[in-house]
Parts: sequence; C-alpha cells; structure tokens
Amino acid sequence: MMTTETGLESEVKKEPEQAEEQPAAPELQTQAQDEPATQQQVHPKQEHTEAEKPEELTDNKETLQSTTGEQPSGEEHTDTPTSPKPASPSAQTSPGLGKKEKEEASGKGISRFLPPWLKKQKSQSQVESKESLGIGDPVKEEGDVQEKKSEKEEKREQGGEDGIDKPPEVQRSLPQDSKADEKEEKHSISSAETQPAKETRKDSLEKDVDLKEEKNGAGEEIQKKIKEEENVQKPELKAEKPPGKPSKKMKTVVCKVMMLEGMEFPCEVEKRAKGQVLFNKVCENINLLEKDYFGLTYRSNSDQKNWLDPAKEIKRQIRSSPWQFAFSVKFYPPDPSQLTEDITRYYLCLQLRQDIASGRLPCSFVTHALLGSYCLQAELGDYDPEEHRVGYISDFQFAPTQTKELEEKVVELHKTHRGLTPAQADAQFLENAKKLSMYGVDLHHAKDLERVDIMLGVCANGLLIYKDRLRINRFAWPKILKISYKRSNFYIKIRPGETEQFESTIGFKLLNHRAAKRLWKVCVEHHTFFRLVSPEQPPKAKFLTLGSKFRYSGRTQSQTRQASTLIDRPAPYFERTSSKRVSGSLDGAPVVRVTDHNLVDSSAAEINGKGDTAAKDNGKEPGTPSRTQLELSQESKVVEQQSDGTTAAATGAETSEMEREEEDSQLQKDLDKTQEGVLKHQASISELKRSFMESSPEPRPNQWEKRLTTTLPLLTQGSLEEEITTILLSKESFSNCLTGTFTTTAKRAAEGAGAKAPAESLSPFPSTRPSETLDEKQKSEMGEEAEVEIEETVIEEIRRTSKVKNSPDTTESPAAAIMSGEGEKEPEEEASKASTSSESHSESEDEAEYHPQVAVDQIREETEENDEELGKECQVPAEQQLEEIVLPPPPEVQGIADEEKQECKHLGEDEARSSPAERKTEQEAEKAEEPKVNGEVSHSVPEVIPQVICCSEPPVVKTEMMTISDTSAAQKTEISTKEVPIVHTETKTITYEAAQLDGSGDGEPGILMSAQTITSESLCTTTTTHITKSVKGGLSETRIEKRIIITGDADIDHDQALAQAIKEAKEQHPDMSVTRVVVHKETELAEDGED
Amino acid sequence: MAELMAGFGVFTHALVRGIASSLPKEALRMSSADVDLSRARHEHDIYVGVLKHKLGLQVIELPADDTLPDCVFVEDAAVVCGDTALITRPGAPSRRDETEAVRKALKNLGLNIVDIADDTATLDGGDVLFTGREFFVGLSKRTNQRGAEILADTFKDYAVSTVPVCDNLHLKSFCSMAGPGLIAIGSSEPAQKVLKIMQQMSDHRYDKLTIPDDTAANCVYLNIPNKGHVVLHRTPEEFPESAKVFEKLKEHMLIPVAITETAKVDGALTCMSILINMKSNTQ
Repeated sequence: MMTTETGLESEVKKEPEQAEEQPAAPELQTQAQDEPATQQQVHPKQEHTEAEKPEELTDNKETLQSTTGEQPSGEEHTDTPTSPKPASPSAQTSPGLGKKEKEEASGKGISRFLPPWLKKQKSQSQVESKESLGIGDPVKEEGDVQEKKSEKEEKREQGGEDGIDKPPEVQRSLPQDSKADEKEEKHSISSAETQPAKETRKDSLEKDVDLKEEKNGAGEEIQKKIKEEENVQKPELKAEKPPGKPSKKMKTVVCKVMMLEGMEFPCEVEKRAKGQVLFNKVCENINLLEKDYFGLTYRSNSDQKNWLDPAKEIKRQIRSSPWQFAFSVKFYPPDPSQLTEDITRYYLCLQLRQDIASGRLPCSFVTHALLGSYCLQAELGDYDPEEHRVGYISDFQFAPTQTKELEEKVVELHKTHRGLTPAQADAQFLENAKKLSMYGVDLHHAKDLERVDIMLGVCANGLLIYKDRLRINRFAWPKILKISYKRSNFYIKIRPGETEQFESTIGFKLLNHRAAKRLWKVCVEHHTFFRLVSPEQPPKAKFLTLGSKFRYSGRTQSQTRQASTLIDRPAPYFERTSSKRVSGSLDGAPVVRVTDHNLVDSSAAEINGKGDTAAKDNGKEPGTPSRTQLELSQESKVVEQQSDGTTAAATGAETSEMEREEEDSQLQKDLDKTQEGVLKHQASISELKRSFMESSPEPRPNQWEKRLTTTLPLLTQGSLEEEITTILLSKESFSNCLTGTFTTTAKRAAEGAGAKAPAESLSPFPSTRPSETLDEKQKSEMGEEAEVEIEETVIEEIRRTSKVKNSPDTTESPAAAIMSGEGEKEPEEEASKASTSSESHSESEDEAEYHPQVAVDQIREETEENDEELGKECQVPAEQQLEEIVLPPPPEVQGIADEEKQECKHLGEDEARSSPAERKTEQEAEKAEEPKVNGEVSHSVPEVIPQVICCSEPPVVKTEMMTISDTSAAQKTEISTKEVPIVHTETKTITYEAAQLDGSGDGEPGILMSAQTITSESLCTTTTTHITKSVKGGLSETRIEKRIIITGDADIDHDQALAQAIKEAKEQHPDMSVTRVVVHKETELAEDGED
Repeated sequence: MAELMAGFGVFTHALVRGIASSLPKEALRMSSADVDLSRARHEHDIYVGVLKHKLGLQVIELPADDTLPDCVFVEDAAVVCGDTALITRPGAPSRRDETEAVRKALKNLGLNIVDIADDTATLDGGDVLFTGREFFVGLSKRTNQRGAEILADTFKDYAVSTVPVCDNLHLKSFCSMAGPGLIAIGSSEPAQKVLKIMQQMSDHRYDKLTIPDDTAANCVYLNIPNKGHVVLHRTPEEFPESAKVFEKLKEHMLIPVAITETAKVDGALTCMSILINMKSNTQ
C-alpha cells in the first residue's frame, strides 16, 4: 500500500525495533507499530514530529535513516557489559564523527545521491527539529515510557527467541543479565531523540567494520586490526557506562550463534548491527584471527541456509527469522596446511567433522575410519588400552551411519597415530580430507533445462555439475564469462572453447528465485575469494549498471593469506572441546542438536517452528501489495514523440506487458530449450543463437521506433549520445506481471542481440553493479515485514555513432529504421561479422549478473582475452569514428569501479574523436536538459496526478495513466502518496517525459547494434537493465531503460523510491539524460505472491 | 602415516586369468581377424611373467574358462581401488559370468567386495580410468550412466566424471595412465576430444603423453619399490612410432610387451590384469 510519506518515515525509524516487534498492526505505519500499545500513547510525540514532516521528505528520510540506522548499533554496544573499562564519553564522539563521514562516503547515506531538486524539498526545519529533539528535553520525559517499552520489547525479544538460556560460555557477553537489562532500558530511554549521540556511537561501530573492510586491502596487520577493533569497542562500552545518558538508548538483541563446537554462543548486538559486527564478536570469542574463511549462516523462513552478509544489517537479512546463526566455514581452503594458525585448522576440522558426520562430505569406509582416527588422536591423545576401552569411541560420530566395523577400524588406526600432537592430528586430518572430491563443494539442487535433477557444486575452482554422484560437467572460473540469474533460472555464460566460435550460455533451473539468487551469490563470493587478488570495488553508481546488488566484500584468499603472514602472536591456547559432545549430539539427526537451533543443517522440525513465526508476522501485516511502476525516461528528443502517446503508450505498454508475459514465458521456454541443447549436446552454439533469435521475434513496440526516429536531426550534429532511461518502480506482491514487462524488453534486447556487436563492450566486466544503496534504503524504509521488491528493470541505452559502414544504408533507407527484426537483419549481420564476440541472448535474461573478473596475475590469459574482446568491440566504433558526447561524470560518480572505467575508456575514445566544439554544444544541451529532468521527477505534484482508486474487488487492477509532458524546462510533478487512501486495489500510472528540446525527431530508424537486458533480483528488489545500441544515420545511439519494481506488503515510500531510482539512474549514467519516467502503482489486497 | 590416495601405481598383487581356448572363435571383437591361440597364450605367459618375475608382484592366476571366451580380460570384471573391489556388471551379457571367479579371488584377498545389484547398470572395467585422484568413466556400449553412478557410490572419496566414448570399445582403448598425473592418450581426433573433456572435468592438472597409435596408448603403469616408474607398453614391432614416444620417458623403466593376438579381439595391456595394492589402506 502506498501510504503517505510520513508513514514511510516513521517506518524508517522503526526499523531498528522492528525486528522484534514486527507483528505490530499494519495500519500503524508509524513508530507506534513497533511499540507496544501502551506505549504508543507516550510516543506520539515522536511520531508526530516525524509524521508531520512534509511528504517531500525523501531527503529527510534519508537523513533520518542514516541517523536512525545508526542509533541502534550504538545501543547495542552500550549494552554489552563486556568491557570493564569506564567509559569516557569524549572518546566516543571522535570515532563517531569519523565514522559518520565514512558512512556517508561509503554511499550508505543515500541522501548524498539525492538529486538537488529532491534535497530542496526536504524540509530543513524538520531535520533540525529532530536533531534538537534528540539533544533536548524529550529524552527524559520519554525515558519512562521508553523504559517500559524497552522492557516489554526485551521480554518479547527474549520470548521470541525461545527463551535463550544463556550458556555458561556466554559469560562474556552476559555477565549479569539483570544488569544488562537495566542498562538497556536506560539506554532505550532516549530513543529517537538522542540520535546525534547514537550516531556517533554507531559510527564508531561501523567504523570498526569499515576498518576491517578497508584492511582487506592487502596485507594489513591483523594485529592492528584487532587493536582498532578494541578501540572501537571501548568507546562503545564507555558510552554504556553512564546509565542516564540520553545518547545511550540502544536496542540490542541477543543472537544465538551455534558454534562449531556444538555449543551455542549468545551474543548481544545492536539491532541495527551489521553482520560484520556479530561475526567479529563471534570470532573474537573464539580467538580466531584467520576468519575470512568463515562466516555466519542463518535460516530463512523457507529453511534455506543463507550466508549473513557482513556488510549489511543483520536484521534486514534475517527478516522475521529468529536471531539464530551458525558459525561455519564459508570458504574451504584448498590447502589447509597454508593456514597460519593451528586454531584455524582446528575450526576447519570441526566443520569437516560435521560435514562428514552429516554426510555432506561423502567418504569411503576407509576414509571415515582414517579421519575418525585422527579425531580421536586429536581429542584423546595416544591410544591407551587401559583408558580406552571398547566403547570409548561410541560417543563419537565418524560417519552418517556408524557401524561396529567402522569403529573397530577407527580404533585400529588410532593406535597407529601414537605420538601425534593434537595439532598434528588435525593437520593430518585435513591433509586427507582436502583430497576428498567433495571437499569444499557447496551443493545446490537444480534441474537442467530438461528438468533432470542435477546438483550444482560451487567450489574454489569453479562450478561443478553433478547428476547423482557423477560429475557430468565442470566449469572452471576461467571458463565462465558471466554468472547470472533470472527468476529461478541460473545462467552461466561460457567462454568459447577452441572449437567453438561463440560463447554459450547454459541455464539451470533452481527451486525458486531465492535459490537461484543464493547460488548466484555463492558463485560470486567463491569466485572473488579464490580467484581474485582483491575484491571488486564496492559498487558505486554506475552508468551501465546492470542490476546486481551484491559483491563479496571481504578479503580474498590471497589477501587473507597475506594478512595471516603478519599474525604475530603466540599460538593461542584453545580448548579442544571433546568432540564427544559434538558428535554425540550429532547422533541421529546429523547436525542438529542443541535447543532449537535452526541454523544447523537439515532439521525440518525446527524449520516448522520458524515458519510459524514467520507466518505470524506476515499475517500481522496485512498485505497491501501495491505495485508502482516508475518509468523514467529522459531524453528530450525522444520525449516528444513519446509524450504524444504517453498516455496511450503507457497504458498500452502496461497491458501489452501483461499480455506479453505469456509470450515471455514462451520465449523463456524456447531459450531454455535451446540452452539445454547446448548443455546437453554441446551443440554448436551458432545454432543456439539462431534459435534464440528466432524465438524472440517480437516486433518492437512503437515507442521504440519512435525513439529511434527522433534522433535523426541530431545526426547532423554529429556527436550525440542519447539515452533513455526507464525506471520502473513497482511495488506489488505479484511480481510476475512485472517480470513480464521486463521480459518484453528482454525480448527486444534479444532481438537486438541479433544485431549484436558492441553489446559486450557495454558490459565487458562485472556490469552488475550492486545498487545496494537503493536496495538497502528501500528495505530500511519498509518495515521488515514489508516484502519489498524493487525491480529495476530495463535500461536502454542507445548511443549514436557515426558509422561509416552502415551510415549509407541507414541514411538512404529510412525504412530500415524500423528496429524490428527484419529491418535490422542486414546491418546486424554486418555488425556481427565485424565482431566475433556476440552477445546474443544471454544478456536478455538475468536478474543479476556477474562477470567474473580475473585476477591479473592469476589468470593472465583470461584477462588478455577479455581485453582483446574489449579492444575489438571498442574498435568497431572507433573505426566508424564515433562521435559521442560524453557528459563529464558528476562528482558522485567519480568512484566508478574499474570495470566501469573500462567502459568509460570506450566512451572516452569516442569522445576524443568528436570535435570539441560539438561536444560542447552537446554537453550544454544535455545539461540544459537535465534540470528539466530533475524538475520533472522531483516535483511531482500530488494534485496533478489523477489517482484512480478502485474499491471494488481486490484483484481488480485499474490502471490510469498520467502523463505529464512539459516542453518547458522545468516540470514539477510530485507524486504524493498522501492522497491515496488505503484501498483494496489501486493502479496508478504516471508518466513523465522530458520536453523535447530540439525537436529532433528521428526520421529514420537506426540499426540495432546490440541489445542487452540484465536483470538482477534481490529479496526485495529486482532490477532489470536493458541496453540497446543502435547505429543510425551514422550516429550511434545507446538507450538504457531501467525498471525497478518494488514489491511489498507494507507501506513503501514510493516517492522516495522513485527519487532514489532516478537519482541512481542518473548517477549511474551521468552522461545520459532522463527522457521518460513512468510510474505505475498498483495496490491491492492480494496475498503476497512472492514465491 | 596413513594417507589417502597416496602412492599411485603402487601394487602388490595382480590378478590374471588364462586364455580360453574358445577365444579365437568366440571372443567378442570389433573387427574380424584370425587369432593364433598358442601364440596368444605365449604372449600372455610373457605378460604374466613380467608382472610376476620382473616386477615382483604376487600374481593370482585364475584358470581359463572355455565357456567364457573373453575371460582373459579380467580388467572388465572388477574395479579395484584401495581395499575395495567393485564387481562389475559387464555390458556384454556373454561376459557377465566372468565376474564370478574374479569376485571370489578378490574376496579371498580380503578386499571389500561391492556388487552391482542394479540390473539396469552396466559397467566394464575397461571404461574406468583411475588417475590416482579421480575416476573417469567412459560411457560406451558397454558402460552406462547407472554403472558409473554405482562406481561413484562405491568410491566416494573420488570424483567420478563421465566422458562419452563413441568410436571405441572402451575408454581405455585409447588412453591410460603412464605415470602419476600423466595420461597417455591416442592421437586420433576422438581420443583427443575425450582428453579435452577429461581435462575440463578435472580439478587436477594432468600431463599428456600423446601416442601416435590409439591402441598403443593403453599401457600399464606401476610404481614398484626399487624400480620406480614402470611402464608396460606395446612393442616397437607392433607400433614403432608409439614405442618411440614411450622411449622418451626417461625416468621410466620401459617394458615392451607384445599382445598381437589378444589385440585382435580388442585386447589391450591393461585388460589382462587387475592390479591390487594390498598394503594400501591397512596401515
């Protein structure tokens, strides 16, 4: 449902608390939600202040968010009684500040990216008021209330968390529960008001994280790190100490972490803490320095094991799941002997024992016996006939099914290990375990495209395909050009072999899109960790971002090795917990034991419990799925034509999109088939290609043609770069429709793909830039329960280049302008001949993609190849003397990742070629345009937008198209959710188009050079980017269409989301202009349709 | 210290079987050629002699069974790795009974015997290439997917990859191990193609020894104490070019062995023995 912005804001604030309070009544969008009913009354203050904020708050929101977001973390730390040191408040502040800056810099603060226009609207007064509040009086007043509240919350939390019995080991974190609680309460007293202080604290916390991440850099000294961490923590602790302090309010949650020893480690963290915080605490608890091989997992509602992303807030990842985690090995070092510390090997051993006992790591009888015997040696020492009687090992579990025979064999072997120290025994254990073929292979169930059950195994070297136990294929990382997923399909694009001419894409069907995404993530992580020297730069706004929002941010293996060499501490003492306990608990149900720890592998029962809670939560928040589509397309030229039919087009598009869904699925099928063919028969890829192209013959929509046509006049100018960006924000529970839309575009892309060529150049490297900022933001803004889906779909980029070859054709025959299949073909072929690396289909259907980037030193050949490709592709345009105008990247964009730079290079060449004068004019022109665009987007006036509210049946979707087109420079349109009452179903479509500046209409269609669509999907968002390149009349045109779909049951700040999306799009593609924005909102009561 | 997968090529025992008198007429073959039984037996004696006397293996010699014309090719009847023996289910129905005697002999050696209960599975030992780190199973006329699966189930420590074998009887009709990490591979196109597939499927790196004649690429590698790398390969008389290639293996003890007659019924060097390391995992 679309609620007023205020609601949204409140949500933002709530978030910290939400984790616990999720169930709150859905209607209460405000903070009240989080708080128990009794307290609601008290809080009104806060709520009001926030609520009253203007709707244009987007900006505000952001600021708020950042502040709020920080709060919780601060709290967390305060609570932890661990640090005995008295705190000096001053200490906190300094780190905090630094932190804050960092945060902002890191791009977490979306506000930074907000377009100026948006910022304008932000009401300063509010912000100020807020701040003042934080500092001021309200603190105390509220204190009482909050205390109560916090108490309640705490209770709830604890209750919800299955009444955590704090194990003895927990001493650290929970020395005195009561005290801790008290403190917490006190802290909580100052809730929102204390923000500033909190911020600082939080900052310090985050700093911690950041530092670590930064350290990733090459060989930083771990020691240093530790120190830093300590420092960071100290301040936090200090902060806690002063009980009455207003800044103290922090909400903490006790996480239960199942350790490899088989015991639960309760760990208190701020609710808003990022995964890294918890992970660090856990590692610290076990004194582990080489921690990059490890990670935390949690079980989602669907009982899937997921890795906790250290870079993201825990709460947003686990959602409604309990705060239960399992500490596990994430990256199995191929050669454990290279680990620096014995303690690291020890934990690896523990993990492997678990893997073996649970059957995840299959071994032969002899291996079970041998490995088991090393376990005994490590834990019990030398075999002692007196001490070790017959049954002495029956408490251990060496295999999924343990026979007497096996035990005898184990004992027999145990006797032979006399003299081995525990560390040596562990080392021997690992030396043998590492040779097992399934060592370090992360298996995922899948089907090939013929629905045959297979397993996909991700490992250090690449991707393994199993059918039953047989390995039927293997794709080493160097072989893989791209990893992507769309919906429940997972794709890998394979580098052509010696005998093949084309890249092939192989698809697999996962259980659902979450599974696909999970697999994709694991692949990205493994590739980065094992294959790269350093992780890719954190995704910044990127022009041609194709959607992926995820990257591995930790250290790579090479980095962690380097860092490990600097470890300089005496071998830490650690107790080898008797694996008896562990193994004993393993009996029967392999990994599951200990209370209700869901994290451990396979325990359906536990899952059920979770599921219940989850269901509850969901139930509490009545799903008011609303779908909002935001189409942003900028480009004045194009606009004209489009604006004409905006309404019609919009509606048409919408319906057609829906209609096309089917087609799409059909297409999909076809694709699948073909791909399957490749997979199975290794058929010639060219065939595949052909079939692919055939399967997507869909004629291009009129809009498309129009756009193309509009560009003609520009041709004269010579250099021009056009883009069309479409951003679709849609919030809905039934995401299928949306996908349908995207697919349509995808289809187009596919068609275009036939045309081929430079497509690759567009995304030579990881083109998937995580738009995390957007993501997170969105998420944060929506309640936890809100299932937010942002699908950023299509980015069409059309670049015009004066193409020598083609220009004659195009110019002469306007008819050729038609982009649809046949018209293109000729040029297409030419183009395809020109470049060998054709990007036919693959791009058109991923939700997220990842181009494995190769470490230069490791995989030289690969890089070279890549370069070659790049070069080729770049060449084409160069020869043709592209005259493209590239707008100087906005300041924000400076941080562009390397890959992007690559792209930029390409652009740069072109740029260089264009005459400066021309460029200038162009730039100016574009600049002139931009303000317009901004104006458009930013100022959406609620009144202007007709809203159709359909109160009839929920499923009924009414669509209304709103088109605002302005010829003048500034357009003010504002989308206000305020006026949208809560209704069963609502559909609203708003289209903004930039005015046509030069009235240059495209008389001629261009030649489609390439098209690609990339879709990325996260839990909450899906982003699809469609990029099309065409050459027309000697100019190359690149269009980018981006669609974002937000799906959620709860309120979503659509305006914010829209602003975000636009902003992001602009940042990503600084040199392009927004020509069109279409917002489509749909609201309905339907159930959550998400898988 | 015990170690898994150590000592590739280390064998202590060999199982062989005599040549049935029915072989010349009844043994299966891909092309027709007259087999000189006595010469075949003579060559076989030499083969066994090399294993027994030259290499010092304990050789278990099973008597031939004339009702089983192909019984000399014991390799197809069982796959032994470590202390486990998978008794196969040969793809050729006429050969299924060959496993019986082999099974018995292996059991007597104290190996863990695994049988194939699945009637749909077929597996010939000749399609199984064990590299020391993993298995490759040729999917041929004699071996099917199910057979390969069972092999994978039996030897869980190892990756088992399947490779298609179309133009030859067995996977090992054109390749074999010539040393640790060294694959002898025929130079024919199909052979090279299979090698590519194997390389792609493997996490491990292998060196290749390209042998001009496909059939000569089947050799027997052993690592014998005090002798080091030993390779039994086809004689220069049979395959002069290929023999030259083997002769480039400087560090190997090369033993040319002629099997001109059994080769006429698709026999190869590896086919006529099952090599066993009885010390493998017991320490």
